[in-house]
This record gives sequence, C-alpha cells and structure tokens, in this order.
Amino acid sequence: MLTPAEAAALSLSLKVGLWAVAGAMPVALALALLLARGRFRGRAILSALVYLPLVLPPVVTGYALLLLFGRHGPVGAWLEAWFGVVLGFRWTGAALAAAVMGLPLMVRAIQLSLEAVDPGLEQAASGLGAPRWAVFATITLPLALPGLLAAALLGFAKSLGEFGATITFVSNIPGETQTLPIAIYSLLQVPGGDAAILRLSLLSAAVSLAGVLAAELVAGRLRRRLAS
Amino acid sequence: MSLDLDVTLALPGFALTADFASTGAVTALFGRSGAGKTTLTALLTGHLRPDRGHIRLGSRVLVDTAAGIFVPPHRRRIGTVFQDGRLFPHLSVRTNLLYSTWFSRVASRHRLDEIVALLGLETLLGRMPAGLSGGEKQRVAIGRALLASPDLLVLDEPLAALDAARKAEILPYLELLRDRLNLPMVYVSHALDEVVRLADTLVLMEAGRVRAAGPIGEIMSRLDLGAGTGRTEAGAVLAARVEAIDPAYGLATLGFPGGRLRVPADRLAPGQEVRLHIRARDVAIALEAPQGLSILNALPAIIAEMAEDDGAVELRLTLGPNLLVARITRLSAETLGLRPGLAVHALVKSVAFDREVGADLS
Repeated sequence: MLTPAEAAALSLSLKVGLWAVAGAMPVALALALLLARGRFRGRAILSALVYLPLVLPPVVTGYALLLLFGRHGPVGAWLEAWFGVVLGFRWTGAALAAAVMGLPLMVRAIQLSLEAVDPGLEQAASGLGAPRWAVFATITLPLALPGLLAAALLGFAKSLGEFGATITFVSNIPGETQTLPIAIYSLLQVPGGDAAILRLSLLSAAVSLAGVLAAELVAGRLRRRLAS
Repeated sequence: MSLDLDVTLALPGFALTADFASTGAVTALFGRSGAGKTTLTALLTGHLRPDRGHIRLGSRVLVDTAAGIFVPPHRRRIGTVFQDGRLFPHLSVRTNLLYSTWFSRVASRHRLDEIVALLGLETLLGRMPAGLSGGEKQRVAIGRALLASPDLLVLDEPLAALDAARKAEILPYLELLRDRLNLPMVYVSHALDEVVRLADTLVLMEAGRVRAAGPIGEIMSRLDLGAGTGRTEAGAVLAARVEAIDPAYGLATLGFPGGRLRVPADRLAPGQEVRLHIRARDVAIALEAPQGLSILNALPAIIAEMAEDDGAVELRLTLGPNLLVARITRLSAETLGLRPGLAVHALVKSVAFDREVGADLS
C-alpha cells in the first residue's frame, strides 16, 4: 500500500514526534511550574523566551538551532565531545527542532492546568503530613493531568506538521530527516508526483486525526472522574 | 494540652496581633469575617509565617522567631477541617481518609474502621467526593483529619457552607468528638450558637486583634464586649445539671451553682449535663420576688456592674459564682433605682440549650 520511501517517512515522523514530546515534557513541566508558581525577577523575560519560537519565523529558529547545536556550534560540539550525541543532520536533530517548536504550546497548556489546581487542596495535603514533593506528586500532578495530556497532544501534532525549523536545521535526508511534510515538499519539487502527494497528505491527516481523537477520549474520561 | 500563642503579622492592608493561651478542650476563635480568624488559623497550621512571636502546642514549639524555629505544615500534626471540605477530587473517599497514612511512620492513633463507625461513613467509602452531599463531605473531611493522629484539630468554619439541616446533621458529630476523643480543638466560627454549644474557651477577635480571651461564660457576660459578640445574642453561658423532671407539668429543674431554673423537659433526662445560653434581652429585673406573673424563673441576684449602651442599660448580675447579663431600658433602670451592689430578682424569659434551639419559659 505504501512505498518503502513513504513508509520510512511515516515511521520517521512518528518516531520524531514521540521523542520530541518525551524530551520536551519534563522541560515544559519545569518551565510551566516556574511560570505558574515562581515569584522571581526575570519571570517575564523567561516567559517571553519560552514563547519566542511561536512568533519567530521557523526558519530563524532552525538557523539558531544550527548555530547552537550544529556539530561546530558551542552546544553541539560539547554534546558530541562528552556524550557522543550528534544532532546536526540526524533524526535526533529533527526531534530537537520539533521539541523546541512545540515547547511554547506545551508550556502554555501545562501552566494553565497548574494554575487551575486549587492551592487549598495542596494546603490540606501538607496539613495531613505530606512533604512538598509528595503534595506535588499526589495532588498537583494528578489534578493537572488533563493539561499534561493536552500538552502531549499539542506537542505531537505540532511535531507532525513541523517543517521550517526542521529542514533548516537538519536538511532533507530520506530515511534520516525526511519527515512527512518534508517528503511532501520534496515530491512537489519534481513533476508527476501528484498521486503520491495526495496519498501522503491524506496519511498526515489520518495520523493527526487519530492522535486528536485518542487524546479527546482519554481527556473525557479524566474529566468525568474529576467532575463535581 | 495547652495552646500558647503570641504572634504579629503584617500583610498588605491587614495587620494581625494575637496573644492568648488556652488549656480548654475546645477553644473558639470567634469574630466577624475580616477579624483575622483565617489568618490566625493559617499561622497555626504553618501556611503563614509570623513576622514575630511564638506558637507552642503542649511541650512542642511550632514557631519561635527569636530562636529561628519554624516547623513546616506537614510536621505540625495539626489536623484541619476546612469550610469547603477540601477533599481530593481524584481520590475515593477511602483513599482520602487514608491519605495521611502514606506519610506517617507511626501507626495512626485511630483505626479506619473505628473512625468510619464514629462518623457513619460505611456506605461512602467506595464513592468519589464529587458524588457526596455537603454534610457527607464534611464528615469525610473530619475523619480524614482524625486519621492523621493530630495533636490539635482545627475546625475552620466547618458548618458555614451548610444549610440549617446539614448543620444539625454535623453538630452532634462534633460534640461526639469533643466528648469521646481526648483531642483539643480550635473551633473557628462567626456563629455564636455553634460556639456556645461546643466551646469552653472563647477568643474574641476584632479587626486583627484579640479583644478578649478566657472561659466562655466569663467572656459572654462581659458588658464591654457586647458589640463583638453581637448585640442580640450577647448573654451568659451557664453549665447546669438536670436535677429533677416533673412529668405532671413536663418541666425539668436545672441546678447550677447560684440558682435553679425550671424549663420544659422535652428530651432532658435526670442527671444530664446541659449548657445554657441566656441572652441579655431575655432577662428582666424585679426589685422584689414577683407575684402574679407567668414567668417561672425569678433568680435572686446581685448587680455587679452597669453599663449604658445606646440608650439601653446592660447589667452584669452575680448568682453565686455564676454571672447573668440583663439588657433593659434606661427608663426602667432609673425608675427602679438600680445601682451596683443592689439585690434584685432576675426574671428569665427564655433559655437556649446547647441541644435544643430554644425554650420559651413564659
């Protein structure tokens, strides 16, 4: 049904999306906590930095990633020397680009759900003997779970559609960095690819739709449990 | 166990200075909203830090700013029942009840089945908090606080969010706690009837300060505090015992040091201890033992103190060791020639019990 190249693009897109969400989730949670609960100088600056990828042209974000995380960039060279991790022109780089682009959406969703958690419940928990970390693990996090789920969905969906930053940072290498949107873009560059383009476009839509539906189902179940 | 507290805290737009000590079983923090009750409660539970001062509970120092001691909330062993219950919505009633046991290294002083039986929670255990009524939620919240084996139970307006029927459902449980468990309680409320019914020590708060603190009978009968306790409700609180029941007339005789009262017997039983709240406006004064009057209760008393208040006169009367307060018009006071030291008869028109809402004695 799918050509080997199309199958490779699909599985790469899914892999990049899952790793992007998995990698961005702890960072997004930490940033959301800081922004929702932190009282410190520079909070507004941090907030602006987090939301920057949302408003920058994706190609600029991709170029910044190339400068920082490329093999000769300060962070990229350090990662390679110490951990043997190479991001430039690899699928790992595509995952990083997708994570950075999805981060603002994820932080926003988590921050809103954290702000909606009643501090009174956390006070009640500490009064019952729960130390701070336990209050977070047993009260705050479970109550913010719908927000975390929404964040994961948004991050994954953003990753499936990410194009500009990815192609700038890790280029267009079939089987390594050629995700679905980049594969579609490649097909557009040569004549006679209309049928393949349509197939890949429908495939993208199907994957995105399945993700949204699954998340809606789980979120609905969570909401019913908490409904008062 | 004693609670000893002396703290100051300045918040934006509000300053609190509180200093009192209580050895009572139930200490009421009483005052209008905005008086500082909630702030004081937060200082007690450790969710606010005082600028200066100390809080001691029994032999434990919870806060001492001079010594740099601040015990965090989760180590204070103070159970709190909030006005809104604050049950964890994602946990079942059973898990809510057992929440504290996840963090305590010692076994709870109370067993789950014991608390469940005490508060009648048998049928609720498997349910989620969202499905409970307001009264049920408060019972679960009380049970949850008790299972944490607290040294002190703070009840922060636990009945304020409930309607009269739900209040009547919860109050007996609170009395049960007071009488059965040897657990000191701080009862925060702006409802005088609840306070009178439950507390033995009263801390009267006003505008961020402790206006008065002491045994409830003494504070309630003080004339200078009328505005704080609420003019229509001000009066005396007496602890009495049912001495006899007269079935022919359906009357009970209540004895207390300094006098006797006859009231409708209703559900009273001989030997029962009751607490009476006699409001100042329900007490009239006669110079001699009255004749030809339907009021049953005329108690010999001595005028201890008089205060003029807004066109009326409030009298503090001594009956043996007990106190009674009367509120009469200035005209009556002048016509009768009342003055401190004068022996009079106090005519009691109505009594409120801690168990019944009121009994008309005319």
